[in-house]
Amino acid sequence: MRAKQAFLTIAHRLAILAYIAFALFPLFWLLKVAVTPNDLLYSEGIRLWPSRASLEHFDFVLRHSAFPVFFRNSLIVSGSTAVIVTILASLSGYALSRFRFRGKYWLVTLMLLTQMFPLVMLVAPIFKILSPLGLTNSLTGLVVVYTAFNVPFATFLMQSFFDGIPKDLEEAAMIDGATQFVAFRQIILPLTLPGIAATLGFVFTAAWSELLFSLMLISGNAQATFPVGLLSFVSKFSVDFGQMMAAGVLALIPACLFFLLIQRYLVQGLTAGAVKG
Amino acid sequence: MAYAARHDGLPATRPPLMKRIADASAPYLYTAPALILIVTVMLVPLVLGISYAFRDIQLLNPFSGGFVGLDHFRALAQDQAFFRSLRNTLWWTGASVFLQFAFGLILALLLDKPFPGRAIAQALVFLPWAVPSFLAGLNWAWLFNPVVGPLPHWLFALGIMSQPTNILSDPQLAMWGPIVANIWWGIPFFAITLLAALQAIPRDLYEAASIDGAGPLQRFLSITLPFLAPTIAITILLRTVWISNFADLIIVMTNGGPADRTQIVASYIFTQAFKRLDFGYASAIALVLLALLLAYSLLIVILRQWLLSKD
Repeated sequence: MRAKQAFLTIAHRLAILAYIAFALFPLFWLLKVAVTPNDLLYSEGIRLWPSRASLEHFDFVLRHSAFPVFFRNSLIVSGSTAVIVTILASLSGYALSRFRFRGKYWLVTLMLLTQMFPLVMLVAPIFKILSPLGLTNSLTGLVVVYTAFNVPFATFLMQSFFDGIPKDLEEAAMIDGATQFVAFRQIILPLTLPGIAATLGFVFTAAWSELLFSLMLISGNAQATFPVGLLSFVSKFSVDFGQMMAAGVLALIPACLFFLLIQRYLVQGLTAGAVKG
Repeated sequence: MAYAARHDGLPATRPPLMKRIADASAPYLYTAPALILIVTVMLVPLVLGISYAFRDIQLLNPFSGGFVGLDHFRALAQDQAFFRSLRNTLWWTGASVFLQFAFGLILALLLDKPFPGRAIAQALVFLPWAVPSFLAGLNWAWLFNPVVGPLPHWLFALGIMSQPTNILSDPQLAMWGPIVANIWWGIPFFAITLLAALQAIPRDLYEAASIDGAGPLQRFLSITLPFLAPTIAITILLRTVWISNFADLIIVMTNGGPADRTQIVASYIFTQAFKRLDFGYASAIALVLLALLLAYSLLIVILRQWLLSKD
C-alpha cells in the first residue's frame, strides 16, 4: 500500500513536470535563439543552450530597427483601450449589478451576442466605415475598435465583482444624503480595485494580442503595432531568426507582466466571459 | 405603486420631479456609453456587412458598389476552395477542441490535489494563455522549422519522419502545425474552467464514497464526471464556436497554404478581404459562416431541450 502510494505521488509529480515542460519549452526556445550569436545559430542547431550567449540581437532590435516604435504604438493602443474599457465597463457593469430597468434583458442579450458571432465578419465593413473618417492607419481607430470589442466581456467581469459587494454599503451612504453616483464613486469603486486591476489586465492582454484588425487597418510602419511589425519583418527578412526572436521576447514581456498581475483573477474572469480566450 | 399613490397627498415625502427623472434615467446613463459604442462599432458594421454580401464591393475598383443579388452566392457554390475550407474548419475545430479538452481535463485533475509548490506550478502551466496568439503562432512555426527549430530533428531521430523537414510545407501534415500550437495555447483555458468546477465539488462526497468502498475510478465516474458535466458541456460548445472562428494561428503559421490545405473559413474570409480586397465576396462567405454557426447553436439548444424533456 505504501509503495503504491509513493508510486502514485511520483507519477503525479512527473505528469505535472511534463505539463510544465510542454508549456515552457517553446518560450525557452524563443529565448535561446534570441541569445544565440549568428555564427553559432546553424552550427549548433539543436543544442539546448548555445556555447556562447550574447545580447547582440536585443541590442540591434532596440537600436537599429523600428521595433521600439511598434512597441510604443502597441503600448499606447493597449493602454488606452484598457483604461477606456475599464471606465465604460465599470459604469455599465454597475448598472447591470444594481439596477432593474426596462431593456436590461435586451442589453444583456446584445452583449452576449457580440461575443458569439465571428468578428472576422466585421473586417471589411469596419474598414469601409473608418476609411472616410481618416481612422484607418491610425492608432485612434484601433483604440475605438478594440474598445468596442472588449466592452461586453469587461462589463460582465465588472458586474461579477460588483455583485460581490453588499448593497447595504451604498444604501447607508445614500441615507446619509449622498447621491447614488457619489456612493458609487467614493465607496463602491475603491472596494472593487482588485476587479478593476483584473479588468485592466484582461483587456490590455487582449488588445496586445489582437492581430486581424491591426493587419487590416494599419499599413505603414509608423503606426504599426507589434503584431503588424513583427509579421512584416518576418515576411521581409525571414532569415534573421535571432533578431525576430529577440523582438518576440520583447513582445512577451508586457503580456507576462499583466499575466502575473491578473493570475489570481483568471478563474473569475474566464467564467464571467467564458466565450473569450 | 399602490404605496406611492397613497402618499400623493403628502408632497413633503415625495422626491421632487427632477430627482425622479434622474433616478429613472440613471441606469440608462450608466449603460449608454458602452451601448452606443457597441451599436456603432459592432452592430452597424454587422448590418452593413450583410448588405455587402449582395453588392459588388471591391476596394480598388471605384466603379464597384452596385447591387448584384445572389451572384456572390452562385460563385460560392462553385468555389472548390470554399468547400475545402469548410472541411478544413471541421478538422481544425474538432481536433483542437477535443485535444485541448482532453489535456485540459487531465491537467485540472492533476492540479486539484494539493501538493507543495502547487501555486507556482499552476502559474507556469497557465502561462501560454498570456502569450499573444500571433507570437504563439510564430513561435511554433519556428519550432517546426528545421533551420532553427528542434522538432523536425527530434521527430526524425525518433523515426517518425523519414527526413527532418518542415511539416508546415507538407500538404498532408501542415494542419497539424496550427493544431499543435492551438493545443499548447488553449489547454490553460480548459484547465482553468474545469479546475474551478472541480473545486466546487463537496469534498465529503469523496470521503463517503471511499468509506462505502468505491475505488478511484468509480469515484471519478460517479461523482466527478456528473458534477463536471454541465461545465464540460458549456465550455466545449462555446469553445467550438470560438475556435472555428479563430484564424490568427493559421494566418501567422501557414497563411492557408500549402495549396489551401490549412485554409479554414475564417482565414479564407480574411484572405479575400485583406489580400484581394474583395469585400463583397468576403462578406458573402461571412454570411454563410454566420448561418452555419446559428444552425449549430440552434441544434445545441434543441438538443438540450430534448435531453431535459427526456429526464
